[in-house]
Amino acid sequence: MSDRIEVQKTYKTYVGGSFPRSESGHYYKVFDSEGDFLANACRCTRKDFRDAVLAARAAFKGWSSRTSYNKGQILYRIGEMMENRRDQFVKELGQIGFTKEEANADINASIDRLIYYAGWTDKYQQVFGSVNPVASAHFNFSILEPTGVVSVLAPENSPLLGLVSVIAPIIAGGNTCVVHASEQYPLPSISFAEVLNSSDVPGGVVNILTGIRSELVEHFSSHMDVNSILYTDKLDKETKIKIDELSSNNIKRVVKKNISDWYETDSASPYFVVDFQETKTTWHPVGF
Amino acid sequence: MSETKTKETTYKPTSPNSKLDFASLWEYSEAPESSANLEIKDKYDLFIGGKFVKPSKDRYFKSINPSSNEEVTQFAEATQKDVDKAVKAARKAFKGEWSDLNPSSRGKYIYRIARMLQERAREFAIAESIDGGKPIRESRDVDIPLAAAYFFYYAGWADKLEYAFPGKKPEALGVCGQIIPWNFPLLMLAWKIAPALACGNTVVLKPAETTSLTAMMFAELVKDAGLPDGVVNIVTGAGQTGAEIVNHKDIDKIAFTGSTNVGKIIQKSLAGTDKKYTLELGGKGALILFEDAPIDQAVEGIINAIYFNQGHVCCAGSRLLVQENIADKVIMKLKDRLETLIVGDPLDKNTDIGAINSKEQFDRVNSYLELGVEEGAEVYQSKCSVPENGYFIRPTLFTNVSQSNRVVQEEIFGPVLTVQSFRTADEAIEKANNTPFGLAGGVWTDKGSKIFKVGSALRSGVVWANTYNKFDPTSPFGGYKESGVGREGGLHGLSAYLNLK
Repeated sequence: MSDRIEVQKTYKTYVGGSFPRSESGHYYKVFDSEGDFLANACRCTRKDFRDAVLAARAAFKGWSSRTSYNKGQILYRIGEMMENRRDQFVKELGQIGFTKEEANADINASIDRLIYYAGWTDKYQQVFGSVNPVASAHFNFSILEPTGVVSVLAPENSPLLGLVSVIAPIIAGGNTCVVHASEQYPLPSISFAEVLNSSDVPGGVVNILTGIRSELVEHFSSHMDVNSILYTDKLDKETKIKIDELSSNNIKRVVKKNISDWYETDSASPYFVVDFQETKTTWHPVGF
Repeated sequence: MSETKTKETTYKPTSPNSKLDFASLWEYSEAPESSANLEIKDKYDLFIGGKFVKPSKDRYFKSINPSSNEEVTQFAEATQKDVDKAVKAARKAFKGEWSDLNPSSRGKYIYRIARMLQERAREFAIAESIDGGKPIRESRDVDIPLAAAYFFYYAGWADKLEYAFPGKKPEALGVCGQIIPWNFPLLMLAWKIAPALACGNTVVLKPAETTSLTAMMFAELVKDAGLPDGVVNIVTGAGQTGAEIVNHKDIDKIAFTGSTNVGKIIQKSLAGTDKKYTLELGGKGALILFEDAPIDQAVEGIINAIYFNQGHVCCAGSRLLVQENIADKVIMKLKDRLETLIVGDPLDKNTDIGAINSKEQFDRVNSYLELGVEEGAEVYQSKCSVPENGYFIRPTLFTNVSQSNRVVQEEIFGPVLTVQSFRTADEAIEKANNTPFGLAGGVWTDKGSKIFKVGSALRSGVVWANTYNKFDPTSPFGGYKESGVGREGGLHGLSAYLNLK
């Protein structure tokens, strides 16, 4: 290798399809598995979260009305783009302690997960919707529709596969989301945002923020224009209570899962899609 | 100055030129349903562990007939000790006999309940109208038959649950705490108890304090049907009794139907626990009426949407959004139709609108009527006579309201309709979705494609197209946004009462 000085990347946030820095101007340090300095990450605040919710809400109407086929194709495209950027992820996962083998397995599983949910976009409706045989002269059917804007506390210890596994079912079902990336390992998440940005995913559908979780939990739970919140890590009692209590302000759907191993078969399922769906039932009279 | 003479036009369904006129062609004779065969006890105890037991503090509260303001009977007030006793009885039944039963036998008990409800239907209907004030025509033709139908539907699920959720193994949750409202007392009981039992759970149910009569009659029915002791427990009382249920440590699931405010309190008090919950909360349903709709049918639909059950319906269509060019005509027809509605004795078979359920609700609706006027709305009430005693409110229209008015944004839960106009479909959708609620909405148009476009844009759990306020046990019901969490009814209603492994 030559003595060339490497050009380092500035890791920013991903909001509304662009990569702004935190409005706060603050940062926190990210370290590698040896404890050496890796990068500065944005220390996002309430204002960044609000901006991200605005972007997610603005994107909701368009994304939720895309055809299922189109959503499937776009999820598939994310998988294709990841395949292309494998080296970048191998490097970033390596920095935080993954062996090359482990990193490749994590990337493979992430890509496969995207393909898995790409396939569900035009199928879950048929499995979980229904035509209801009411005892009157009406045609009655129930379909699933996305809940809306979802705030997500992404898995702390699985910065790529965990992240992909929570985002994919949410957007496969037509929702938009604001995600807090793993606090300790935010870099692969921001690189995943770059993948999203080059994959035909409309801006605002997925928004990714970095920062200190204990500072952000309150905002992720209390915002009145967020319809649902997801977390999959085992949280302490106090944080759980805080999330539940603040969520009750606007009857947020609190989806809690306890997943530590993202390779488990239960960690990917159409029921994960259904967790962020509302059932709508339509009646119409039958007659001449 | 030229003097323009305004011509007063009125309309009738069949002829656009004549006013609806029923009263002068014939007079309605009284047609009261006899309550002679209904035996109401002086007071009712709690139903715990298959027995009627006195409340631990020996306190009883009065239940009032809202159409006469007379006492109907007294119900026991369940306190913490009683709720605990009921939960223990339910837990014991869950650990024992009820879970040991094979699913098809469990189903047969539920079928028995359905059949016995059909057999005792008329008494239940009369009791419902006396205790809650709803017209006998509605309790007889809607509430009670539907309650029986819910039991009949869910009974059949008991031994078929493994077919409902592909790839999953369904398991009962355990003990369910259920709290129901006063607007459809027996029907809401059926919505709660039928799926809970079918899924293999046991229940502790609290009816609303103003309408506990049919729940206690149901307790007698459960006893007569021979259900194992403790499978169904019914405790009466007010909000405090409900709070004891919500906060009880040995309850696995809370199902609540009621106001959004109380729903939020419940969700908050469950914070940090692993209890499952479903909430069916308030609504402010919009009725979108397009110019191409068959107007006379639509007017009938609107009347049914808002004045059914005195407007005490969470999914009531309480906001009419009418396309601008037909607005005057529709408002005139609505006013005409309002004049023909009969407000009065709930037990009279001619009655369209019965009594407001309680003094509390009567005051609440009246305060909204005052508020609407303060906010600058024009108010129109039918000129019908109302009985002197009891709590009655004439069917009411508010016109000249705007989207930000509280009478447009907040749930009134009474016979009060607000009317706004719109020009484009997008404007109608925007207005319809512009409340914190999302329970139900209506679309009236002759154009099929418009129904699907508008129906899918409405952020609400139920869409009634060219109809309104229809219910069926096979049909999932529940809200988006602040109208609640989870669904009741149909296959979708099962998941609220199961662990899916």
